[in-house]
Amino acid sequence: MTDTNPTGWRRYIYSTNHKDIGTMYLIFAIIGGIVGGAMSVLMRMELQFPGDGILGGDYHLYNVLVTGHGLIMVFFVVMPAMIGGFGNWFVPLMIGAPDMAFPRMNNISFWLLPVAFILLGISMFVDGPSAANTGVGGGWTIYPPLSTSGQPGPAVDYAILSLHVAGLSSILGAINFMTTIFNMRAPGMTLHKMPLFVWSILVTVFILLITLPVLAGAITMLLTDRNFGTTFFDPAGGGDPVLFQHLFWFFGHPEVYVLILPGFGIVSHVISTFSKKPIFGYLGMVYAMVAIGGVGSIVWAHHMFTTGLSLDAEVYFVVATMVIAVPTGIKIFSWIATMWGGSIEFKTPMLWALGFISLFTFGGVTGVMLANAGVDQAYHDTYFVVAHFHYVLSLGALFAIFAGWYYWFGKMFGYNYSEFWGKLHFWVTFIGVNLLFFPQHFLGMAGMPRRYVDYPDAFADWNYWSSIGSYISASGVGIFLIGMILAFYRKDAAADNPWGEGADTLEWTLSSPPPFHQFEKLPKVN
Amino acid sequence: MAHANEHDYHLVDPSPWPVVGALSVLLTTLGAIQYMHNDTIWLFLMGLVAIGYTMLAWWRDVLREAEGGDHTPVVQMHHRYGMILFIVSEVMFFVAWFWAYFDASLYPGDMVAEARNALTGGVWPPQGIETFDPWHLPLINTLILLTSGTTVTWAHHALLHNDRKGLIWGLVLTVLLGLTFTGFQAYEYSHAGFGFSGHIYGATFYMATGFHGFHVIVGTIFLMVCLIRAYRGGFTPQQHFGFEAAAWYWHFVDVVWLFLFIVIYVIGSGN
Repeated sequence: MTDTNPTGWRRYIYSTNHKDIGTMYLIFAIIGGIVGGAMSVLMRMELQFPGDGILGGDYHLYNVLVTGHGLIMVFFVVMPAMIGGFGNWFVPLMIGAPDMAFPRMNNISFWLLPVAFILLGISMFVDGPSAANTGVGGGWTIYPPLSTSGQPGPAVDYAILSLHVAGLSSILGAINFMTTIFNMRAPGMTLHKMPLFVWSILVTVFILLITLPVLAGAITMLLTDRNFGTTFFDPAGGGDPVLFQHLFWFFGHPEVYVLILPGFGIVSHVISTFSKKPIFGYLGMVYAMVAIGGVGSIVWAHHMFTTGLSLDAEVYFVVATMVIAVPTGIKIFSWIATMWGGSIEFKTPMLWALGFISLFTFGGVTGVMLANAGVDQAYHDTYFVVAHFHYVLSLGALFAIFAGWYYWFGKMFGYNYSEFWGKLHFWVTFIGVNLLFFPQHFLGMAGMPRRYVDYPDAFADWNYWSSIGSYISASGVGIFLIGMILAFYRKDAAADNPWGEGADTLEWTLSSPPPFHQFEKLPKVN
Repeated sequence: MAHANEHDYHLVDPSPWPVVGALSVLLTTLGAIQYMHNDTIWLFLMGLVAIGYTMLAWWRDVLREAEGGDHTPVVQMHHRYGMILFIVSEVMFFVAWFWAYFDASLYPGDMVAEARNALTGGVWPPQGIETFDPWHLPLINTLILLTSGTTVTWAHHALLHNDRKGLIWGLVLTVLLGLTFTGFQAYEYSHAGFGFSGHIYGATFYMATGFHGFHVIVGTIFLMVCLIRAYRGGFTPQQHFGFEAAAWYWHFVDVVWLFLFIVIYVIGSGN
């Protein structure tokens, strides 16, 4: 049985241990982040000056980079890091469980991701729209008819099956997390005593379980339209391209909450720990997340204001979308109230969390602007939208991931990270991403459309600075990697609880790193 | 089997099946693309065989663990949660197909969708589509599935009373009814007055009822496995979650059919 710990390659490849699987997810996310990040740098190099740039006039390649960057960052970076990585590591630790409910299924959830990544990788090198142009150029939303009759080559089929496999991985993961959270909490840990990160994962995986199968249906229709002659999205056969947009965004909009909700959980713990105060309004925080998850699942058509929705439908989707600002506001004010009067320590995780709060709020405010159907007629598919969702994702979700990374680094790997390199990483990234994305608001308001490989000279200045910001952000990634290598090289052993009284969840009661199987005697929670 | 643990959870041993299963999925997907673009199916079939082998090996391990006493009451509760949540995700998968059907059937003649209007004539069922009479074969299939729901419940009650003969007969009847349903469905397909491709009616009809049919086949196989296990002396009145999961799955398939019958066959027949 499990009294002996597996060693060697089998320990990881055959793993049924939530911490080892979590580590594999984190490594996978770092690799995905480097690939997806490199694609974004290539795009910014192309866009640095008007006219043909580094891509040498291969416009389809630009579209392939747009598609790859989007799909990789969503499915192979943020989700594996937050849910697969931190979720696997800390959900069982925080609820006082020895492992996940289905350890073997946990492993296939992980291994399906490299398979999906390989399929997406292959798609970049096989025929897309024609034999001369390889790869999928339809963007991560893969709207028909561009993804059906527009690109008949097998590239789109590879991408579709990649999404099927990644979705299967997430559905199995969602079942696993929900069962674990409902059925494996330590004695005394009622739902209303559960740490906020666990709550955030619970809401996240609920959304995934409900919406991913609908995406699976939608992309199956795409597959049969492409290969077997059905006409779900082909008007000539009575189909409807807008149907795909409904089905896609029924998944796609909740998906953005999937990307950000675990970040809410992480930031709550970091803010509370480094303010040395319990989180302000715990129950309000819980139900704000539940409300965001619930309302966030019924607002999808605000991505479709320019498709000719009826006025009644537009009114509903405007109002429902704006309602989300209320629970989100509850969370932001609760974080501020948590810090209020606390003895705040500006350690690296706290910097990332503060960066998260300010920049995510900024992205949220532009979201309220875009929620107006009338305003969106002008801003739809401009760089204003690009700036908006990068403020909430690239500067929101990513900052939350790094907050969690530095917060839990010692716990996961047993070594202290370097405060100097961590803070340098933060400041370089903070300056880089703001320089990268803030000017894109101006570009969008001036009317620069997204997903274009070139632009008029009038947009040259802000594009130039945006590209400089991209290079600064990329050097931030280098600093992150240096800091990580240094931590493993120096082997400065981390304490069980390096953060003191503010860190009061169960993972801090264990050694750093925790034993292979923790909680052989279940903890009691009062 | 000496546990140092003071808890009832099951810490599963390391297993090769997850990574083998994932690689089988890779083989299957690559094979699917070969099939769709190069008309060679052998790679796809190899992938399916690999997936099938993984499932056999994986569930063989699960059965051994169950017989070894690893499935404590709390672990059985895991399985219940897991199966319910899996069925929830399956329900949402069918939502996509119903959504596509409603998109076409509720708005067959949208003013904006001129091409659709021209094809359907603004009515549902679309002009020129000869639909099935719901009160012939579809009604019989409905009765077959409802009856199979009662026979599987009979098997369950027999199991609870340790009536092995009743268990096996209940399962045999359920499997036979499931096979009959599939046979009737295939017969109906072969006599359809509309095709699979080129028309939204065929697309929505065949994909919705086809995925349901696929789930019926999966459910039938699941019940067959239970039958074999019951025949070989498996299941006790106290511990038989594999059987219950098969029964839940069968009821789910049954309910999906009721919605398909009412929405597509009855309301969608236009009579």
